[in-house]
Amino acid sequence: MSFLAITRATLAKDIRLEWRSKDAINAMLFFALLVVVIFSFAFDPTAEESRRIAGGLIWVAFLFAAVVALNQTWARELRNQVLDAYRVSPAPADPLFLAKAFGNFIFVGLLEALMAPLFIAFYKLRALGPAWELVPIAILGTWALVVNGTFFAAISLRTRSREIMLPLLLFPFSIPALLGMVNATTAVLTGEESTKFWIALLLAYDVVFTTACLLFFELVLESE
Amino acid sequence: MKRGFPILAIVTALLLSFALYEALIVAPTEQTMGNVQRIFYYHVPSAWTAFLLFLINFVASVVYLARRNPKADILALVSAEVGVVFCTVVLITGPIWARPVWGIWWTWDLRLTLTLVLWLIYVSYLLLRRFSTGGKTPVIAAVVAIFGALDVPLVYFSIWIFRTQHPSPVIGDNGSLDPRMAHVLLINWAAFLCLAWLLCWTRYELEIAQRKVEEAQALESLMDGSR
Repeated sequence: MSFLAITRATLAKDIRLEWRSKDAINAMLFFALLVVVIFSFAFDPTAEESRRIAGGLIWVAFLFAAVVALNQTWARELRNQVLDAYRVSPAPADPLFLAKAFGNFIFVGLLEALMAPLFIAFYKLRALGPAWELVPIAILGTWALVVNGTFFAAISLRTRSREIMLPLLLFPFSIPALLGMVNATTAVLTGEESTKFWIALLLAYDVVFTTACLLFFELVLESE
Repeated sequence: MKRGFPILAIVTALLLSFALYEALIVAPTEQTMGNVQRIFYYHVPSAWTAFLLFLINFVASVVYLARRNPKADILALVSAEVGVVFCTVVLITGPIWARPVWGIWWTWDLRLTLTLVLWLIYVSYLLLRRFSTGGKTPVIAAVVAIFGALDVPLVYFSIWIFRTQHPSPVIGDNGSLDPRMAHVLLINWAAFLCLAWLLCWTRYELEIAQRKVEEAQALESLMDGSR
């Protein structure tokens, strides 16, 4: 099977599994909803204030919710020794990783698409800058979270209490990406600054860590 | 090698005492900041030592992945541990100095933030090593160490944009340093390097002894099981 065929097969399997169980997406959606409601109670901002803080709130909510999906990525494969079967099969490791990362990208992207209207309604948001720029920011930012998240989830499989290990690894390493997403979003909402540098930073982060993940994933998969 | 250890210990003790004397008595008092500036002789050498140890951690991790030499893995572990200790010293002495001089404990300045993020990254590296199970801990730890090193330029770049967009009033560049002060600073750095070397060496031998004990215990339980 070719690289692309393996990626497609694994991705289709994950989406089918998620479609039938809806475990990750339900948990993520409800979790993100809770965060939105609690933040909204805690700050009760005016429209002007919310423009300044919404960028941070949105991405923190998505980051926390994404961890729910990321933790399930590989845990699902441990049941029935699917991961062991994959390891002894002749299929290369990279398509498996890419499929998992794309799967998480789709789940988190879906979550963002569903939660964004709620954020706009609760925080009375209206972008003063070019709103279309939020699309590349969301795409690059989400990929930055899920590519490292998928990788670190595979690493935390090898640890005790793996559900807590994932955020402990992911959050410190994601600080530059988070700074990029939050500040770019705030720049668009307030319309005061340019997003150019932040988008370049996100792009650099994505390129560097996608390459690194693909380089090292086989090592991590084989280390049992 | 073993004979060198007490010599290094004595040299470190002498150098540290001499550096203390130099920093507190010989070095001239700074004109505007006064005596509180003397914390500089501990703060800056700790920072340089910590960054050097993190660099050693990265190199040792790469060497481990290439050669699979357990000594490189122990060196990576040890340099990260001692590096985090020195980095903690930097993060504690910094605010002690900043409070009387800048009037604030903390600011999100480039160097401060970078040091804090480095500290966070290496603490999470050490946590991973602590939580990790199974024989492949060195491999995943080495991979995470390389990820940490890749993250550093990105962190630097991101805080640089952040700072240039929100200039902070308290960035103090020392400008030209008094040669006598530079002299004391270098002596202190030499003392701190010796101390770091001593700590790493002790921890290295301890780790080797610990691994031998674990191996012996595993062997023993194996023998018991087969009997």
